[in-house]
Amino acid sequence: MDLENQAAIKSIADEIGSENLMVVLGMPGEGLRLAVETLTTGDPSWAGPLAGVSLGLPVFHILEEKVRTRVPEELYAEKLLMMEMVLDLPQIESDLADMRAAG
Amino acid sequence: MTAYLRAAANVLVHAPDLVRYGSKPWREALRNDQSPGDVFADLRTFGEAVGYPPNQAFIGNLPPENLGEIPSPWYENPLAGASPEGAFGEILPQDSFYALLEAADQFGLLILDEEHRGSRVMGSESAAALLEREKPPGEYKQEEVSGRIGKGEALPLFQDGELIGCVRRDHESDESLDARILLENLAAKASGAYALSHLLVKENLAPEAIEYVISCSEEAVGDRYNRGGGNLAKTIAEMAGCVNAAGVDVKSFCAAPVYALVHAAALIEAGVVGNAVVVGGGSMAKLGMKAYFHLEKGVPVLEDVLGGVAFFLTKNPEDGPRLNLEIVGRHPAGKPSTPQGLAEALVRDPLARAGRKIASVDKYAVELHNPEIMLPAGAGDVAAANYRMLAAMAVMGGEIAREEIPDFIETHGMPGFAPTQGHIPAGVPFLGHALERMRTGSLGSTMVVAKGSLFLGRMSRQADGASVLMEA
Repeated sequence: MDLENQAAIKSIADEIGSENLMVVLGMPGEGLRLAVETLTTGDPSWAGPLAGVSLGLPVFHILEEKVRTRVPEELYAEKLLMMEMVLDLPQIESDLADMRAAG
Repeated sequence: MTAYLRAAANVLVHAPDLVRYGSKPWREALRNDQSPGDVFADLRTFGEAVGYPPNQAFIGNLPPENLGEIPSPWYENPLAGASPEGAFGEILPQDSFYALLEAADQFGLLILDEEHRGSRVMGSESAAALLEREKPPGEYKQEEVSGRIGKGEALPLFQDGELIGCVRRDHESDESLDARILLENLAAKASGAYALSHLLVKENLAPEAIEYVISCSEEAVGDRYNRGGGNLAKTIAEMAGCVNAAGVDVKSFCAAPVYALVHAAALIEAGVVGNAVVVGGGSMAKLGMKAYFHLEKGVPVLEDVLGGVAFFLTKNPEDGPRLNLEIVGRHPAGKPSTPQGLAEALVRDPLARAGRKIASVDKYAVELHNPEIMLPAGAGDVAAANYRMLAAMAVMGGEIAREEIPDFIETHGMPGFAPTQGHIPAGVPFLGHALERMRTGSLGSTMVVAKGSLFLGRMSRQADGASVLMEA
């Protein structure tokens, strides 16, 4: 996860408290895994502002069933439907399930 | 008037001892107080780089589609009997490239030892043609080389781990004339001129006949405070003996090659010039860009090659594959820079304006990054993701059913095969293949689609892109 995004999220968490913040991501694969790790236990590369900082934020993917079903239908068709066909949804669901199970 | 694409050249320069001067390896080594030479010792041999299947696809010896039949990882399955000479390209060994760097240098920036000075080019007519035109500078003084390196004024240059010389800075404090920046610029110039020379030699074109050169290289040549002042194009033209050619650079991150093709074709169609070359030299800064991920995962450092491309466009003779300037995609500043927004602007909309469907284009040449380089770094299979996006757009437009997505990708796509040199993978390395196929009648049309990450320069959060249709 790039350093600027880490800094931005840390700054919001400092301002409003991590208990008032959740993060919705859009990327799949290894990028998703690294972002989840960074936002929960800390930056695994130890390079960014979240190195050694365990924010423990709830993290979701925009195309997870429980998130995407809450997006208004028209907006979904305009902004997300095409990405739903592009990304591997079952893989995203299963990656997130594995990460959540691992804590 | 119509602009025909007459010839394409894709070249690679195997440069393992320059990987240490890539942006990422250099910064990481400094940050960790390591010697970059220690981290990046023992990289692939020239033979290994030649036998690597994606490199063979790049120089035209293997249809990219055939990569899908080679077991993964490709680096463990080299092509038997692979040659550095390709159908429309070539792979140059590093020691020959040092000779080209020296020929590219008109300011005595490069100081090479006796053994590596002069005309050391093996087996490449295209590279040798460049040396005949340039005189090597100065003599080698061991004490000067070690003195300059010791004082931090010069970067050491190595061949097989042995010190063979250095490249020096040309100003004590101007960062644009720093040794590493100058080496980066010389590498772009020399590899660009090599690509152009290959095009000329292979097509039997007289350098003097070239009227205009557009460079889409990724560098920022400049100074006396015009950072990125440019016109690498003209220096490449000069080096390649194109004495009658003027030149200019076109920049838009990785989208530049497609813009350059469109500009060249437009100049021809408007009658400003009769022919033009588009050329892109290699990016030294991108060597080893993802190497730390590769090292961590036991993958060889695959980003050990500079890429170069060159294309010849002309108004005569009036036949053969052409660029269709009625179908050019552009991404307006007000359009969202989402993957969907880009795909609509670059593919769906220009085709729709001409009354054509997405599936009417035989092959799409998208960002053709080699997935074997991208996947270990968590960057995904870029080419595959692009083809999925095009297929999804065809579904949205009611052209195909959702179940037909895999067939669409198989028919209209191909695996990525280009090194991660930014502008080099941006669709254009397929043009050599497309030319061959169009001439034999096995391909009717291809759309080249390139995207550029403007946001990397921090002046805008936007991306950019450009596309153009090539037809038989």
